[in-house]
Amino acid sequence: MGQRQFLMLCLLPLAVFTLAFLAIPLGRLILASGESEAGWAIYLKIIQTPRYVSTLVQTVVVSLAVTAAALAISTTAGLFLVRNRFVGRNTLLSILTLPLAFPGVVVGFMIILLGGRQGLVNQILPGHWVFAYSITGLFLGYLYFSIPRVLLTVMAAAEKIDPALEEAAQTLGAPQHRIVIDVLLPALSPALIAAGAIAFATAMGAFGTAFTLATDIDVLPMVIYTEFTLSANIAMASALSVILGLVTWTMLLIARSFSGGTVAAGG
Amino acid sequence: MKSLSKAIPLIVTLLACAFLLIPIIQSVLAGLTVNYFRGLSSGLTLKWVARVLELYSGSILLSIWIALACLVVTLILGVPAAYALARNPGRASRVLEEFISLPLAIPGLALALALLQLYGTLQGFRTSWTFILVGHVLYTLPFMVRSVLSVLAAIDLKVLEEGAASLGAGPARRFFDIVVPNALPGILAGALTVVTLSIGEFNLTWMLHTPYLKTLPVGLADSYASMRLEVASAYTLVFFVMIVPLLMAMQWASARAQRIMQ
Repeated sequence: MGQRQFLMLCLLPLAVFTLAFLAIPLGRLILASGESEAGWAIYLKIIQTPRYVSTLVQTVVVSLAVTAAALAISTTAGLFLVRNRFVGRNTLLSILTLPLAFPGVVVGFMIILLGGRQGLVNQILPGHWVFAYSITGLFLGYLYFSIPRVLLTVMAAAEKIDPALEEAAQTLGAPQHRIVIDVLLPALSPALIAAGAIAFATAMGAFGTAFTLATDIDVLPMVIYTEFTLSANIAMASALSVILGLVTWTMLLIARSFSGGTVAAGG
Repeated sequence: MKSLSKAIPLIVTLLACAFLLIPIIQSVLAGLTVNYFRGLSSGLTLKWVARVLELYSGSILLSIWIALACLVVTLILGVPAAYALARNPGRASRVLEEFISLPLAIPGLALALALLQLYGTLQGFRTSWTFILVGHVLYTLPFMVRSVLSVLAAIDLKVLEEGAASLGAGPARRFFDIVVPNALPGILAGALTVVTLSIGEFNLTWMLHTPYLKTLPVGLADSYASMRLEVASAYTLVFFVMIVPLLMAMQWASARAQRIMQ
């Protein structure tokens, strides 16, 4: 057997699997979205139906808010952890990356423990403090799994910044906040865009967290789920999935073009 | 001003840690106390953990079984493919790599809908654990391929292989004797990633599972919806005990693979 045939043979199992369980199913999903009475006009119907439009808007707004908050928190913490060595630093870093392995349902439960009816905040503070099942709870849940992903991307980039740049700014008399704004943030901007795109895509597609928390919040994955299981509206569930997939895929393409790696989506 | 601008990052870091850690501690404590609402004073107990093992051991074992099967499949599909991609670094390889990475970009819910519509009526397959396995392989395969590929891309495979070929080793022999040993750090990192992600996978699995086939995270969702807080917490604790060592091993192996590449 020649080298070329051997390489082809190496690729064959993966090619067969990908064709059978990825390419053809995705093709089927796209076709299924056009199989209702409305045909391909179903995509027009989505933007004409207030419920779907408000769902889309709500999902995008929550995802944007989570992205902004995660970027702010993780960049601050990431820069701090890269620039300072102290006892306990590794412990803090471990805590901040722990949720990487948590499925969305577990994250949802974490938020219920904080802000549910029997949650910590409601027990400590006087009055009624239940926010787990609202849009606030959803925001906090998404933030919970976004912080570690953004942090790792930011830290990887921050470690590559030449310390000489910062030292030069220091010798020229720049105050600390100017160094951050003029030196560090510009050097980090590709990583921030990439991390932001990953956080946004993950929040858009997060199902487990919304599933555990949401009783009355319309976010896109939950609407897809109810269209499919409760209304048996296969075409609409498929069409909304296609839109969701296109949005998250585009975001991750942006992320990939700004930095090499991708952190697993999930949630 | 100077001390303030130094203090703020520390405070933000500590607050973020508290936000992530406090509910984890709560869930560990709740899973181990007799009555969570009366607090720790009600005493510590393992009865909730025992209850979880009694109720959900089937789910836990199914998850371990699927994770191991998923590892075997991703090794068989992923390692040879990564080798082929490393030997042919061109446009076609990049497109293929990008395509198999789609399950990272497309939400699990959408992938599950796609699988269900194509194979949902295939009774023997739909109701078998292999249907869940397919979903897990789809989601974890890109991690295995990329992990192995990045290690292989960093070494000069061509020179190594030409040396072996001149000594008379055929392609299969070169693959097992040269490529696999050199790729081991990447294979290890990929394998730990695959197992960690498979055990925690929910979004695809929730759509693909049947009432008789519940994985660990599906059981978790179940317990959050229908069990008392202590049982739900104890189950989460069992999950943490499984997943945290895996996560740490995975981070160690990935860092090691990266060091070797440099």
